[in-house]
Amino acid sequence: MRRHTSVLVIIAIIVGLLAYSFFNSRSLGSFGITVLSGLFQGMLLFLVASGMSIVFGLMDILNMAQGTYFMVGTYVAYDIQHAGGLIDLTASVPDPNLRFFIAVVGAILVGAGLGAILERGLLRPLYARPVFQLVLTFGVALVLTEIITLVWSTTPYSWTETFGVREGFFELFGQRFSTYRLFVVGMGFLLIISIALLLQRSRIGIIIRAGVEDSEMVESLGINVRAVFTLVFTLGCAVAALGGAVAAPFLGASTTIGSTFLLQAIAVVVLGGMGSYVGTAVGSIMVGLAIAVAQDAAIGTSFSILPSITPMLLLILILLVRPSGLFGSNR
Amino acid sequence: MPNPILEVRDIHTFIGQFHILEGVNVSIPEGSITVLLGRNGAGKTTTLRSIMGITPPRSGTIVFQGDTLAGKRPYTVAKLGIGYVPEHRAIFKELSVRENLKIAERNRGDYERHTDLIFDLFPDLKRLIDLPGGKLSGGQQQMLAIARALVPDNRLLLIDEPSEGLAPVIIEQLMAAIRRLSSQCTILLVEQNFRMASRLADHFAIIDDGRSPVSGSMADLVNDSALIQRYLGVA
Repeated sequence: MRRHTSVLVIIAIIVGLLAYSFFNSRSLGSFGITVLSGLFQGMLLFLVASGMSIVFGLMDILNMAQGTYFMVGTYVAYDIQHAGGLIDLTASVPDPNLRFFIAVVGAILVGAGLGAILERGLLRPLYARPVFQLVLTFGVALVLTEIITLVWSTTPYSWTETFGVREGFFELFGQRFSTYRLFVVGMGFLLIISIALLLQRSRIGIIIRAGVEDSEMVESLGINVRAVFTLVFTLGCAVAALGGAVAAPFLGASTTIGSTFLLQAIAVVVLGGMGSYVGTAVGSIMVGLAIAVAQDAAIGTSFSILPSITPMLLLILILLVRPSGLFGSNR
Repeated sequence: MPNPILEVRDIHTFIGQFHILEGVNVSIPEGSITVLLGRNGAGKTTTLRSIMGITPPRSGTIVFQGDTLAGKRPYTVAKLGIGYVPEHRAIFKELSVRENLKIAERNRGDYERHTDLIFDLFPDLKRLIDLPGGKLSGGQQQMLAIARALVPDNRLLLIDEPSEGLAPVIIEQLMAAIRRLSSQCTILLVEQNFRMASRLADHFAIIDDGRSPVSGSMADLVNDSALIQRYLGVA
């Protein structure tokens, strides 16, 4: 019954957003661009929020550094791709497409490494003190941002390097659509399905789902839950860094990007139902679409703040109907 | 008395600042059913949790088949061959019955190797295999919790209050299953239902106020109404 209410709420909001955008659009083409932009934004949000949600469900830790890992991903990818950075591969890997692939892998590895260090080195001694963990992750976010400032300065970087998939366009309904956005949306959906399959079909997925319910019992069955915590936390950070890496060609790299995505991801995780994977996936797409529709609606008006407050407005709306989020349990 | 499979010697366990176990000694003979008896809050569940390492004792020793358990984490204790069926069952409600069983595998194929035994003991589980654990009745969940402990090759089962909140007919089924299991592994039971405990167990240990003042053969306890009255409040 509760799930039915959630599904109805989701359908109502998505149909409402699409209908508003459709009738507000000047053409079918601009409606399509709004939808693609919303899905693009939604997939980036999913990459930040999925790790955050699973980690919260399993470990009861709200990782306030998740946005910073996304930011680290943008800087690492930018650095590897462009000339003159810490790692300059322009001479050894002249093909920009291959270099972008290396940049994405590099960002994932750095995100995973920093995630493992945070979990193993700092969070583990604080398992019994959840409030301390929350404060610690917030502190780590600040420290990492300062380190980034030290290494790459406070100047924002705009992506200048051109490479195949980023430059591509296709025409539909008289509008030019970016193939790169389509590529990110496709990759996002692929990741949503892959993680869902991992959670549903694999042994580690069963352990994670069981751990979300009762990690003490999982440990009593002979499973090293702390090792699972480290693995999940590391993967969560790696996926956030991947999000940053694929976002960088569009959004560039800046020290404010982490907190922007953190706030939006928190809205997604809470409105989806804390710890619910399905809720996070659906919530990301909803929030992404809502931001894109709000950006469209704000053009030419004095409500330029609308897109940035939209995730919180949506969160309030959903919590009024479902106080524990769309797919949340009463934890 | 057969050799003990588990020896608990003078353990002291704290929960926060509260001193719950103040020197518990229990010896569990191999191949038998031993029951921990005592009033509510006496420390029976904490004794099982101390053995598992969930609430580790601050002092004292626990020896299982020659291995010292004190200081080991629950997953290491479980891997030594101890199955734990906690109070309130701790079934994973979102997981199917099959997944609830498969998660307990310690080696690949454990589940398949033990399905005959599990479905023989608890035939209901076979038709419920794809249902989420949360959809099961209290009795079915208790059966699943015990079945889960049978998936790996455990030498000792710790079962906490299996009859709690269950109908008499279900309790009878569980008793029959536990009795059959005792031919395969040693069982340490916590049970408030003295009638059930006295019919099932070979040995007993009374836990009272965090201590273990009396233990021995169940046949002796059944005939000692003064002892029963003193520690258990039943005649």
